[in-house]
Amino acid sequence: MKKRIVAMLLAGGQGSRLGVLTSSMAKPAVPFGGKYRIIDFPLSNCVNSDIDTVGVLTQYRPLALNSYIGTGQHWDLDRMNGGVFVLPPYVTGVDGRWYTGTANAIYQNAEFVDQYNPDYVLILSGDHIYKMDYGAMLRFHIEKNAVATIAVLPVPMEEAHRFGIMNTDDADRVTSFDEKPKQPKSNKASMGIYIFNWKVLKESMRIDDENPDSTNDFGSDIIPAIIKGGLPVYAYPFKGYWKDVGTIQSLWEANMDIIATPPKLVLNDPQWRIYSRNPIMPPHYVGANASITQSLVTEGCRVEGKVHHSVLFSNVSIEAEAEVYDSVIFPGAVIRRGAKVYKAIVGENSVIGEDAIIGGELRLGDQVDNSLTGTITLVGNDISIQSGTYLPQGTVATEDVCGGRSL
Amino acid sequence: MTSNAFGLIYTGETNPMLRDLALSRSVAAVPFGGRYRCIDFILSDLVNTGVTSVGLITQKNYHSLMDHLGAGKEWDLHRKREGLFMLPPFMTKENTGLYRGSVDAIRSCLGYVRRNPQQYVILSGSHTIFNMTFNDMLARHIETRANITMLYNEGEIAASEEQNLDLRLLMDESGRVNEMELNPFSPRSAYRSCDVMIMDKLLLEYLVEEAYSHGDYDLTRDILLKKCQTLKIMGYRYDGYVARLDSVNDFFRHNLALLQPEVRNDLFNPSHPIYTKVKDEVSAKYGENAVVKNAMLADGCQIDGTVENSIVFRGVSVKKGAVVKNSILMQGVSIGENCLMDHVILDKGVVVRDGRTLTGYDGFPIILKKGTTI
Repeated sequence: MKKRIVAMLLAGGQGSRLGVLTSSMAKPAVPFGGKYRIIDFPLSNCVNSDIDTVGVLTQYRPLALNSYIGTGQHWDLDRMNGGVFVLPPYVTGVDGRWYTGTANAIYQNAEFVDQYNPDYVLILSGDHIYKMDYGAMLRFHIEKNAVATIAVLPVPMEEAHRFGIMNTDDADRVTSFDEKPKQPKSNKASMGIYIFNWKVLKESMRIDDENPDSTNDFGSDIIPAIIKGGLPVYAYPFKGYWKDVGTIQSLWEANMDIIATPPKLVLNDPQWRIYSRNPIMPPHYVGANASITQSLVTEGCRVEGKVHHSVLFSNVSIEAEAEVYDSVIFPGAVIRRGAKVYKAIVGENSVIGEDAIIGGELRLGDQVDNSLTGTITLVGNDISIQSGTYLPQGTVATEDVCGGRSL
Repeated sequence: MTSNAFGLIYTGETNPMLRDLALSRSVAAVPFGGRYRCIDFILSDLVNTGVTSVGLITQKNYHSLMDHLGAGKEWDLHRKREGLFMLPPFMTKENTGLYRGSVDAIRSCLGYVRRNPQQYVILSGSHTIFNMTFNDMLARHIETRANITMLYNEGEIAASEEQNLDLRLLMDESGRVNEMELNPFSPRSAYRSCDVMIMDKLLLEYLVEEAYSHGDYDLTRDILLKKCQTLKIMGYRYDGYVARLDSVNDFFRHNLALLQPEVRNDLFNPSHPIYTKVKDEVSAKYGENAVVKNAMLADGCQIDGTVENSIVFRGVSVKKGAVVKNSILMQGVSIGENCLMDHVILDKGVVVRDGRTLTGYDGFPIILKKGTTI
């Protein structure tokens, strides 16, 4: 059956800059915001924008993502006609191959898109946190008679060199595109959200695929080629919160953004709910000697200690006399009695032993490789930190720490 | 986990002692435990037992119940074969659609009973809350060759002043029920029925038709009480926590009992999850002035005041300076700045404007009905 628009969500990224958090799952499956995973944001945006057909392109460690999405019922995407589909790379006769680039991933799944014979295709990536009405972007695309529309966000000029920058005329038509320019000519950064006329996209992907020098990427190959070909490409200006959570620093910051007063991203929005798979847990319990301020706490948590300016995911346990500040605690983690956690991300089902200190001041002689983390301390998934351990700030705990560096 | 039994839940109980709580909803739909309805417990118990077909008999005010259950998706009862069957009142030439009692109700859905391929029926009411599975009870039912097996627990010997469907079982050493007492003035047994029984579905059909032909309409009073000697009725003891929502006081007491870890761990045993309708609320948010002690809070709450010894349902807001103690705040309640709430039950959507004070007493909590503004 024909669909006007089909969304394709690029969820194949390994997210190597998230270090141990993505050692067993793809970046879009990383928890965010108390009860979500990153992929809940683009999926919920689709549903709230009345887009009911979504292909999720996976490649790296797809199990966590696959089982998380399931039939799509949590996003109301278990549809008779359409719905959500997980699309891994596949083999055809002799020449099956991995996805070589973002555009190649779509090109290899052109048959999937063709089933719905859509007029438009929406390309999304699975590692951004934002609320956006793609319907408004589609209306813009149609009004402008564009063949491609790229959502752009104004960024501070001094940071523009970190982004793909769209140079436009007064009518928002893109005149040229610069990937991470040294001398940016505009501050309109591409958000990695594109709408294409499907026929045009398919044709340019076909040409691109025949070019052995191409990286098969939307930003560096497909879009520049379409602009060069003289076809109308427009930049859709987006206003609102948008954050690429590709690094430990930005993941932590984005979590802090939602507990800021006032929050930089409002999640409590009945008109634009973010949906997620529900853990089926009772409401959280707060003990008689607990203290919780400026924090998010969700179902299944037990808090007996002190939590300040932090985000607790489902089924987290904070025991008596434990203290947690400026931290993000992933589902199922346990902070034992008397432990202190400062400015840290604690992975799923990890256990911080009694009286351990996570994210303490750097002491003389501490050797910390903080190239990924800066001042944030990171404890991976399923890690057990023994009682009394001292982890100075910036540490990445990738395996069980057995008191080697005790107090 | 497949089970040779189907579930039949009767939600027609009425109870004036629940006052405003059951004014516009059936007892089954009374909110409980921060994010649940009474019905969620028995329904989850059946699902966790492996039951795949559940009939739900509704009588009056079942709007709220239907809204909550929908197609049964959240209980995994939205199936191609079997699943959740809503059985609303049914009008035929011999049935006015208003049931006089459980016999009338079951009789009007005998079609559902006959159609089920399973041999046994797990028959239950809807105002009793506990977390168990019925596999062992069913095995025992078959093993003892009982006609009926009734679930009971040990309660107080003395009858409470707010007696409601208080069915006491008197048993011999083998567990066979010799006698039953319904709402006795001074009970001779501490063993109280938990409102769940297992029997062969053919026996149910027979008993219902027989009672009907005699003009009887209450399963407990007219069948069970009279047939203790002729039928082999066995008791099956349950030792976990049982909450019966018999009165406002019980509602209040059992909700607050969830603040005790033993009760919480028993009713929310992680190996037998309790399912409910999912609302996709955000996490609860604690503001900079929040002071929360010994309380249970659901998602979607925004707390910037003080909350102590209370159960707080989804989407409640408590503003700065407000103090809530020993209370139950249902979904979407909003408490303004500098309010004082003590021993109150605020039903869904109650709005308390800034600076109001409302104090009930232990044994007589104040109830504000759904949607009140003060």
